[in-house]
Amino acid sequence: MQDPGISTIVRWRARPVAGFVEFCQTVMSFSVPQGPYIGSMHAKDTVKAQLMDERDLERILHRMSRQIVEMFAIDETAGADFGLIGMQTRGVFLARRLAGLIRDIDGVDVPVGILDATMYRDDFRMRNRKPEVRETAIDFDIHDRHLVLVDDVLFTGRTVRSALDALMDMGRPASVHFLVMIDRGHRELPIEADFIGRRVPTLPGEEVRVRLSECDEREGVWLVDSGEAA
Amino acid sequence: MTSDVEPENVQDQSPKQDTGLAHRHLLGLEGWSRGDIGRVLDTAVQFREVLDRPIRSVPSLRGVTVVNLFYEPSTRTRISFELAEKRLSADVVNFSSSGSSISKGETLRDTARNIEAMKIDMVIIRHGSAGAPSFLTRCVDAVVINAGDGAHEHPTQALLDALTIREQFGRIEGLRISIIGDIMHSRVARSNLHALTTLGADVTICGPASLLPVHLDRLLGEGARGRVRVTTCLDEALDGCDVAMALRIQMERQGRSLFPSVREYHEQFGIRMEHMEAHRDLIVMHPGPVNRGVELATDVVDHERALILNQVTNGVAVRMSVLYLMADGTKRHA
Repeated sequence: MQDPGISTIVRWRARPVAGFVEFCQTVMSFSVPQGPYIGSMHAKDTVKAQLMDERDLERILHRMSRQIVEMFAIDETAGADFGLIGMQTRGVFLARRLAGLIRDIDGVDVPVGILDATMYRDDFRMRNRKPEVRETAIDFDIHDRHLVLVDDVLFTGRTVRSALDALMDMGRPASVHFLVMIDRGHRELPIEADFIGRRVPTLPGEEVRVRLSECDEREGVWLVDSGEAA
Repeated sequence: MTSDVEPENVQDQSPKQDTGLAHRHLLGLEGWSRGDIGRVLDTAVQFREVLDRPIRSVPSLRGVTVVNLFYEPSTRTRISFELAEKRLSADVVNFSSSGSSISKGETLRDTARNIEAMKIDMVIIRHGSAGAPSFLTRCVDAVVINAGDGAHEHPTQALLDALTIREQFGRIEGLRISIIGDIMHSRVARSNLHALTTLGADVTICGPASLLPVHLDRLLGEGARGRVRVTTCLDEALDGCDVAMALRIQMERQGRSLFPSVREYHEQFGIRMEHMEAHRDLIVMHPGPVNRGVELATDVVDHERALILNQVTNGVAVRMSVLYLMADGTKRHA
């Protein structure tokens, strides 16, 4: 990767109480992406803006968990007729956090499944790099259940389309709703989310990077220029 | 995941940028890296899960046309490939040597050209001559997958064996694996030797001296030589061994009489209950079809430590994985 330039580095916000050493580590790891560095931006990314920090994420997840509890009237019977489905990879962590918050609110455990819809994509022969097939693990029967599909970013809508196909092959849910942290627009299919963290107008060459502490070094949402032709 | 974030996950999880396989065709496992073999196995694990769903198919290869070109009789491999293709929603055409133009004397090159003219994306070939799949890659633009060629290689069999072993032990590195039987004529043994040594197992090959390969050194790559041991004594092969792979004695090729009799073979190299009792952790595998009472005693075939049917199930998942990953090479249609 090229040197991102001092202006890019300065835009990085260190965590609220980060010490000098931690700040240096952030800068170091950003300019030296080799090695076991998980959760970096893309090599060609230049950060344009931070859209959310960890507290924003937390507040939005709180709001969305309450919306879910209200909409599905989650109570002790929810274990039998409700389920969250996290889409690989970061949708899974968001779904688990939501399940944790619902437990805090109601004391109810809702089941969380993991879905990877790579095999159902319609564009898999158009890419240079084959998307990795990751784990699908839904250990409850989705038949007749109200499901909420959870993902981090809603863009063209093609991933949700493939996820719906995958779900339909696994059974006949009573309903499927869609929750997303960022809706960045530019839909190519008639698909909308039911729960939206935040709508962010973006340009075609831009990308939205959601980073979560479960799999990344830092937490938050960033708007970047991907450095690739749109 | 929305499409904009997807490629980056690939990068996040491994420092390697390009996650495609290094090979466009699967002709043999000789020269395949540990990373590529691991990738096929990892993807196969995900396809195993698909096979347990109520609807056991995914639309991944919709619009891809695959031809199964079988010049040698085969039940298991052909059905396994066909199932894998159908579960990936590919369009499937079957050619077999009887009842087709092959039996009318058409040459392989002409058959291949006809296939090319029919716009086929992938060819699965089984042939009695070593090198036929490689020859095919020079005649057609389609992706070629070897389903067994002469005494050369049978790569998907070795991959499903590796998957079965990894599923059982959680790893392959450091395991001691013995391959027992007709090593010289066995394409299964050859593919397994390449795959298992690449994955870090220590391999012992065992069989009658007349059925052991003469130039083993030339067969193996630099790194593999120290990992392979040769013996003509079954007890030596089973001592401290984790997995015993018995190979089929090809009764139909016994005209050459490379060992005195089938009974004597069983006495010397057949795995019997006494071996299962003496080696309490020994796992037994066999590529099938089994000659009961020759390579394996009949009660060993049905033993709980015989993974022969797991191998068959894994065969479909591994072939789905290979087809899925190799279909990337058919981009010209995209």
